[in-house]
Amino acid sequence: MNDTLANTEKKTAYILTLPAVLLVFSIILFPIFANIWISFKEVELKDIRIPEPRAKKIVKSISDEPTKIKILYKLRNSSLIQEIREVSFQDNFPKNFEIENLDPRCTYKKQNLKCEFGNWPAKYRENFQVIIATNDGSKIDKKNLKSTKPILEGKSDNILLNTNFTLKNFKKVLFENEFVDLLLTTFYYTFFGTVGSIIFGILTAQMVNQKFYGRTFMRSVLLFPYVAPVVALAYTWELLLDPNSGTLNSLLLNYQIIETPINLLGQKYIEISFLGFDFKLRLALTTVIMFEIWRYFPLAFLFILARLQAIPKELYEAADVDGASPFQKFFNITLPQITAVISILFMIRFIWNFNKFEDVFLLTGGASGTRTLPINVYQQGFAISDIGMGSAVSIVIVVLLLMFMFFYFKLLGKRVDEN
Amino acid sequence: MRTKNTILFSFISSIFLIFLISIWKILATLQGLSIKSFNIEIIFIFGFLISLAHLGVGDRIKSIYKSIIFSSIFVFCDGYLIQKLPIWYNLGAFLILYFFTNKISKYTFIGLKEEHSTQVILFDFLTLFGILFFSFVILFPFYMMLVTSFKTQIALLVNPLDFSINFGQDIKDLFKSYFVIFKSYKFGKYIVTSTIVSVGTVIITLLFAIPAAYAVARLNFFGKTFLSTSILIIYMFPAIVLVIPLYTIFSQLGLRNSIEGLLIVYTATTLPVAIYMLQGYFKSIPKELEEAAILDKLSWFGIIAKIIIPLSIPAISSVALYVFMIAWNEFLFSLMFLDNPNSFTLSRAIQYLSGDAETPRQYLMAGSVVVTLPVLFIFVYFEKYLVSGLTAGSVKG
Repeated sequence: MNDTLANTEKKTAYILTLPAVLLVFSIILFPIFANIWISFKEVELKDIRIPEPRAKKIVKSISDEPTKIKILYKLRNSSLIQEIREVSFQDNFPKNFEIENLDPRCTYKKQNLKCEFGNWPAKYRENFQVIIATNDGSKIDKKNLKSTKPILEGKSDNILLNTNFTLKNFKKVLFENEFVDLLLTTFYYTFFGTVGSIIFGILTAQMVNQKFYGRTFMRSVLLFPYVAPVVALAYTWELLLDPNSGTLNSLLLNYQIIETPINLLGQKYIEISFLGFDFKLRLALTTVIMFEIWRYFPLAFLFILARLQAIPKELYEAADVDGASPFQKFFNITLPQITAVISILFMIRFIWNFNKFEDVFLLTGGASGTRTLPINVYQQGFAISDIGMGSAVSIVIVVLLLMFMFFYFKLLGKRVDEN
Repeated sequence: MRTKNTILFSFISSIFLIFLISIWKILATLQGLSIKSFNIEIIFIFGFLISLAHLGVGDRIKSIYKSIIFSSIFVFCDGYLIQKLPIWYNLGAFLILYFFTNKISKYTFIGLKEEHSTQVILFDFLTLFGILFFSFVILFPFYMMLVTSFKTQIALLVNPLDFSINFGQDIKDLFKSYFVIFKSYKFGKYIVTSTIVSVGTVIITLLFAIPAAYAVARLNFFGKTFLSTSILIIYMFPAIVLVIPLYTIFSQLGLRNSIEGLLIVYTATTLPVAIYMLQGYFKSIPKELEEAAILDKLSWFGIIAKIIIPLSIPAISSVALYVFMIAWNEFLFSLMFLDNPNSFTLSRAIQYLSGDAETPRQYLMAGSVVVTLPVLFIFVYFEKYLVSGLTAGSVKG
């Protein structure tokens, strides 16, 4: 009795979860394997389209002969690079028609024209013409003829399914793609974006955790950058920072803080001398990181605020009795209480920033030293149309992420052990 | 000790005053006033003197009169004598000064003698500073987006600092950018597409997620732990890795440029979060209710429909709103999958608009307002639901 109950429970569970699991597997897990597959292939964007035999049907009347009509099929192979084999053709005609010039490749039976065109090489074109006549001398209804469409079928190789593999893509990614530079840019972007957003998160959470008028309003406002669409925000920032008539540059010029406009998103380096040292700052990258921090610190804020509100009040009261200063309270009570949240946040944000594509793409398109790995996936795959390369870059991303997670958890595990 | 604290207090408070006045000056500049400098030194001296005077006067005058007197002196000297600025500017400056003197009114000579008083002062002012700084930094781009959408191309080029809107003009001229994007750029159609995609994603996600979350929360089956951990791992998985294979597969299946294609991808990417959030809530529903239902021989469908769903309306609506926002804001997949302007979503349409260098910026900003407003409206209106959802699931992004 119990056994059958457990069995039905199992069955129900599988039925309930199956649709979700299937969908997620087919759209998320399967593509990951497909990615590995593609990354070992030489595939370009144009190879993806499956070659199709196509026909355009044109009906033309023949002058002086109302019972006859000419039908022209413009046949072609849609692919510029691949052949199609064993192309077959079918079209239907209304009842009372006979075909006058039956092509040797075709047969006509029961108003149905069937042709076997054999193999079509790439770029193949042919004008295939049929003249038909009514067998009872009646007038021809052109509309009726036009209404049927020919059906074409053929076999072709799908370049994605053959088993020609190569390591060329990975070789190119690692040795011909300024890989070190790419990696460093991605690392700067990810690391400083993550750390910055966490620092701002701590500051704002600490701030909102105090009582002041308009606190709930403030909490909503702080989340605005996070919930608003990235497209709108990125273009607003672009306008704000525009060197020619952007608000920021105009303001700085107006107050005579700068003498010439700064192209914050289009300039790779800026020279800064500080205490006699000359620095070269990655300007555009810094700006993009600022945007990143601005947009994502609300997440850190929210997490940390939730944690702050859960800290028992007694801890602070006890500290007050001991005469602790506000900074002592912050460093000795608050900070230890939020380290766990911070370490989780660091991991989540690090992974997501590492894969962030939209922000950089919309702000700079990867120009002026802001080319990160995800941007490179897009550039390789769609701008240069080398799908294989793009796939290889994304596999590199996954491998790097897995390495990061491995070390992070190892480190975290060690620290937990020590405590 | 007292002198040191007094000087420190005056110093910090005057820095804070500089910050307040500077923000006001920036906003005033953007209304077309010609203010060429922040006059930091003068404001610093004023702030310092006001703080000292405040401590010196102490309780001898009622604090409200004190505030009014100090504010008036400042406004008279700074706004009227030194800078000769219009009344509305000075009125704003007066209010800021009033606010400032009110803020410092709780500090007294006696308080400054207490232990840690410098740190307390620093902490208080840092909090105040932070609130204003973050409000300004966050709201300013939104303000700019809104204002720019009401300006004309010429006005924007002639004086990029003039943010003032002429409300006296004809409604048609004021909302010209909006009329243009709806008429010439078919934004009406894009709104419909975006809405269909987002609402569709919400419905399909819930249809798939509720049963799955129920199973994960309640039923025992082989592979349950594997399933619940893989939900979290999949949730962390980068979308950029999926783009190329999905693009190739969708190209071959003819799903690119179709709403169906987007629906499938959005549902799959939001499902893990939705399941994760819902199962957490389902676990908190008392089991006894279902046990009674099982005795009544209700099927699992009946249990979900009649007990679980009615009891978890808050969680379900939070997930729904949240999935809606993800789908509405989504950009990466719509960029990759849509290249026919007939099937664009709003985000993709704005990006397409910006691709044309000739597109006037006010149209771009009007489009941005159109895409941002619904999300912000939903967020502000349903904030309570969403914040709990955000912390539970943390919108992917």
